[in-house]
Amino acid sequence: MADDTPECMVVYEGVSKFFPIRSESKKHAPPVLMVALDRISASVRKGELVTLLGPSGCGKTTLLRLTAGLLAPDEGTITIGGTQVTKPRKDACMVFQNFGLLPWRTVEGNVEFPLEIDGVPTAVRRDLAREFIELVGLAPFRDHFPHELSGGMQQRVGIARALMRRPILIFMDEPFGALDAQTREQLQDDFLKIWSRTAATVLFVTHSIDEALLLSDRIFVFTSGPGRVERIVDSPVATERLNGDVHKHPAFAACRAELRHMLRSDEP
Amino acid sequence: MSSTPLSPRKSVPAPKISTAQRLREALLSPNAIRTVSIVAFLLFWEYFGRRMDPIFMAPPSAIFRAAGELIANGALKKALIQSLWPFAVGMVLTVVIGIAIGIIIAQWRLAEYILDPFINALYAIPRVALVPLIILWAGLEFAGKVTILVSVAVFPIIVNTYSGIRDVRGSMLEIGRAYGATESQIFFKIILPAALPFIMAGVRLSVGLAITGIVVAEFFTAISGLGGLIVEYANLFATAKLFVPIIVIALVGVVLTEFTMWIERRLSRWRTLERERF
Repeated sequence: MADDTPECMVVYEGVSKFFPIRSESKKHAPPVLMVALDRISASVRKGELVTLLGPSGCGKTTLLRLTAGLLAPDEGTITIGGTQVTKPRKDACMVFQNFGLLPWRTVEGNVEFPLEIDGVPTAVRRDLAREFIELVGLAPFRDHFPHELSGGMQQRVGIARALMRRPILIFMDEPFGALDAQTREQLQDDFLKIWSRTAATVLFVTHSIDEALLLSDRIFVFTSGPGRVERIVDSPVATERLNGDVHKHPAFAACRAELRHMLRSDEP
Repeated sequence: MSSTPLSPRKSVPAPKISTAQRLREALLSPNAIRTVSIVAFLLFWEYFGRRMDPIFMAPPSAIFRAAGELIANGALKKALIQSLWPFAVGMVLTVVIGIAIGIIIAQWRLAEYILDPFINALYAIPRVALVPLIILWAGLEFAGKVTILVSVAVFPIIVNTYSGIRDVRGSMLEIGRAYGATESQIFFKIILPAALPFIMAGVRLSVGLAITGIVVAEFFTAISGLGGLIVEYANLFATAKLFVPIIVIALVGVVLTEFTMWIERRLSRWRTLERERF
C-alpha cells in the first residue's frame, strides 16, 4: 500500500470522531453521537504543505487536533512517521488561531517556552530564541509583552515558538484568520519563505480558498455533516508560489472557481 | 501660484506654556488640593478641639504632645511591637494557608466538595462571633491574636486563589498540552502565573482585614498592643492619648496597603496591558 512508503509523514486510516449531541427535544430517544469526522483515510507526504479547506463545522480543526494528539479518535488510527499518535509529540508543534501566547511572558519568554519545557539550559535556549525571533523579523521587540504587539507580530511570535524545536511537523489552525488582509498576505509570504528553508511538513487549516491555493502543495477539501475529505486537489501553482504573484497565474482562477464550486455544492 | 509639494513632517513643536499657566496648573494639581484640604481640616479641628470638653475631644496639638510623651516613655514602641509581631506571623500564615486551600479546592473536585461546606459556613459566620471561643482555646496572648487574625483575613485569599485558578482559560492550558508540558509544568508555568494577579488582589484585601483582625483581637484581650492601648486610654478618658494609637494604626494601614498594591501592580503588569488594549 502506498500509505506505508517512507515518504509519508502523516497517515490517516479510517479516522472517525464523534461528539455528544445536547438535545432537549427527544428525552426518551436512545442517546446518539454526532459524527464530526467520518472514516477519513488519507496521507500527507514528507515535506509537503497540505491545507485542510472547508466551511466552519466541517471537522477540519478536529482532524488537526486529532493529529496533534490533543484529542483521541473514536475509530481508526493516525500515524506520524510510522508511530501511532496517542499524545502530543514534541517534534510536532502547533501555531494557534488566536496566537496562544502567554501574556505574562515577553516575546523572548514565549519563544523559549517549548525548550524550557524540555529542560534545555537557559543560555542555549536564549541564543536559539534570539535566532528565531530575528528570523521572523521581531529582533527589536524581544523584550515586549504580547499585548504591546499587533496581531501580525503576535503570530510571528507564535511561528518562532513553533520552530524552536526544529519540528518535523507543524500544525497551523487558521493562523492568519484573525488578521487584516494586508497583514495576512505579508505573513503568508513570510511564512512560505521561512518554511522553504526548513524540511518540515505542514498541516494548515483554513476556510479561505485563496489562502489554500496560495500556500499548499495539496488541498484536502472537506464537506460537512458528516465531516469527510471530499476531494484532494493538487495546487496548480505549487511551483510558482515562492516566486511572484500566483494570483496572475492562469490556472489560479480556474482552480479557484472549481474549489468554490465544490464548497458551494456542499451547502444544503 | 503653483503649489509646492509638502514634505512630510514627523513632529511639530509643542505650543509654549506661559509661567502663569504653569503656576495655575501647579496650584490646581491634585496633590496641592489634597495638601490644602488636610491643612484646612487640621486647623478646623484645632480651633474647635480647643473649645470642647477634653474628655470628648482633643485638638491635634494635644495629640502631638501625647504622642511625644508615649514615644518618650516607650509605651507606644512596646504596644507597636506587641501588635506587629503577631500581625507579621499571622499574615504569613494567612497567605500560606489561604493560597494552599485555594489551590487544593480549585485543583481537586473531591477536595472542593469535602471542604466547601465548612468554608462557606465559616465565611457566613461573622468572625467576631468566634473571638470568645478562639480566646478560650488559644489564650489571650500571641497564639490567640494570630488565630483571630488568620480567621478574619484568610477568606479573600482562598476565594481569589480559587477563582483565579478556575478562571484560567482552556485555550491557555492547551498551549501547555500541545507543547507536551507535564501536569506540574502546566501548573507552575501556566496556571499559577495566570492566577497570580487574582491571588495578589486577595492578599491586598486580606491585609485590610488583618489590621481589623488584630485590633479586634486586642480589644477583646485588652491587655496588650495598640488595640489594648486604645481600650486602656478610653477607659481612663485620656482622649489625647487615645488618638495616638488610632493614628499609628491608620499610618501602618496606609503603608501596608500601598506596599501590597505596589507588589500587585508589578506582578500584574501584563494584565493591565491586556485590559488597556480593549
